[in-house]
Amino acid sequence: MGVLQKSKPARYSAVGLVRRGLRGDTWPRVWREVPLKKSYDVVIIGGGVHGLATAYYLATNHGITDVAVLDKAYLGSGGSGRNTAIVRSNYLTPEGVAFYDRSLQLYKTMAADLNMNVMFSERGHMTLAHTDGALRTMHWRAEVNKLQNINSSVIDPAEVKKLAPSLDTSSHPRYPILGALYHPPGGTIRHDAVVWGYARGADARGVEMHQKTEVLDITVEGGSGPDGKGPGGTVTGVRTSKGDISAPIVVNCTAGWATLISDMAGVRLPISTRPLQAAVTEPVKVFLPTVVVSGSLHVYVSQTDRGELVFGASVDPFNNYSVRGSLDFTEELASHVLELMPGISRMRLLRQWAGLCDMTPDYSPVMGFTPVQGFLCDVGWGTYGFKAGPVSGEQMAYCIATNETPELISAFNLSRFAAGELVGEKGAAAVGH
Amino acid sequence: MLLVPCPNCGPRNSADLRYFGESHERPNPASASPHEWRSYLYLEDNPADWLKESWFCRSGCRRYFTLERHTGTNEFRSPPMPGNKVGGKA
Ligand SMILES: Cc1cc2nc3c(=O)[nH]c(=O)nc-3n(C[C@H](O)[C@H](O)[C@H](O)COP(=O)(O)OP(=O)(O)OC[C@H]3O[C@@H](n4cnc5c(N)ncnc54)[C@H](O)[C@@H]3O)c2cc1C
Ligand SMILES: [Zn+2]
Repeated sequence: MGVLQKSKPARYSAVGLVRRGLRGDTWPRVWREVPLKKSYDVVIIGGGVHGLATAYYLATNHGITDVAVLDKAYLGSGGSGRNTAIVRSNYLTPEGVAFYDRSLQLYKTMAADLNMNVMFSERGHMTLAHTDGALRTMHWRAEVNKLQNINSSVIDPAEVKKLAPSLDTSSHPRYPILGALYHPPGGTIRHDAVVWGYARGADARGVEMHQKTEVLDITVEGGSGPDGKGPGGTVTGVRTSKGDISAPIVVNCTAGWATLISDMAGVRLPISTRPLQAAVTEPVKVFLPTVVVSGSLHVYVSQTDRGELVFGASVDPFNNYSVRGSLDFTEELASHVLELMPGISRMRLLRQWAGLCDMTPDYSPVMGFTPVQGFLCDVGWGTYGFKAGPVSGEQMAYCIATNETPELISAFNLSRFAAGELVGEKGAAAVGH
Repeated sequence: MLLVPCPNCGPRNSADLRYFGESHERPNPASASPHEWRSYLYLEDNPADWLKESWFCRSGCRRYFTLERHTGTNEFRSPPMPGNKVGGKA
């Protein structure tokens, strides 16, 4: 296949699968590989779900197709290919609930919209309360959720046991289960398919994806900082490992690397980078029907269709750009999981891994315009940004196309920190997922 | 596991300590503008490089101290200086 050939994506279907299988046809590449141009209307840095969704909605909703998505590694190499794939909308602040709910709606129709099986499994999501304080927060969240028509309620230990019989609901554990926030529309989705689906959709509309293309610097003119960068300046383009590009709009979608990129434009962010670790067991028969989260024990678990248990936790206790796993994590995880589910003590862990998370002080993102004209951010996704991919892409595309901040993300502007108007979401987001 | 060189106790498992993050000089609360104060509270340098940071030796000497760690390799460098919770000049 010639490199410049405009791709004609194969429509994915069951019939097509059988036909190709019988004929032994090879599948066409999912997106094209083309040489980097000297200029684009929009350059998006970061080929995770946020960057790709932004590109997809720019092309689909606004007809803006002269767009390049640049990634220093491969698409989905950051958090987007490392997360535990949990989606939900039962957050604590009204701003958070409305925002994440829109994402869930987009996820619901995604398989059809992208013609890609994203394996959305609406299996329900349960956050356990082990203390009176936690139970109080659950009630608070349930009321905020109900006001916005989100299916979310507090259930008692007997109902918890009915939904997930493997949980120890007796009074023996150090942290007995006092109740739970139950959110039936929550669930899991196949993260790789979401990344590839958006890339394929964007490609079909003319967007270019450039892997192994590292952004080394951002060029800014007229800023108040040294070398003309920073507040008051205007973006003119980026320097990459494959050459310079001029562009009036540059979007930072680099999650764990967000401050390194924004530094290049002279914009400071309230973000620190922490690894989040996860682990997976050998597969066993399916016995855990819902996602189970425990704030007090800093652990959450779901079972894949193949039968593996996927565990996650809270972020590592100190800033780090390294994605090496640690034994501390595994030990703590195992002891906490066994308090919840003593029956799985003989199961073996298959592997553990880590991804970088861009933590903000209020556990809410930083989205939209910055003090540098043409430089936009969609970062601060911490441990919860996978589920936010679709709505973020949709809203960021709107920002870029109209030069206005849409209502749904206005609370997440960078200026909220200087104004002291934080959107405290810690009560619903501290255990990473 | 990360071995943190506490100036009083020697190397200790990071689980014995509490991380306080980047250490910046605190503006004078009496004279700082709200903008300066909030920048101090919220903004981070977050380098992928050497970082001057504060730790609290929770299960040991119960002192705060400041040192430098490389956030890519987790090496520590320079003898740690006595510091305090709010950072200050080490
Ligand atoms: C273990 C783990 C579990 C998680 N579980 C969940 C969950 O269950 N639910 C949920 O909603 N969220 C979860 N998250 C969080 C979620 O994965 C992230 O918030 C989300 O994937 C961020 O997506 P992104 O597109 O913004 O960034 P990323 O996917 O991290 O992509 C950023 C990209 O930027 C690229 N980049 C960086 N620097 C440069 C440069 N200089 N030039 C070019 N490219 C560059 C990187 O290569 C990377 O591909 C989890 C995260 C982890 C680590
Ligand atoms: Zn000590």
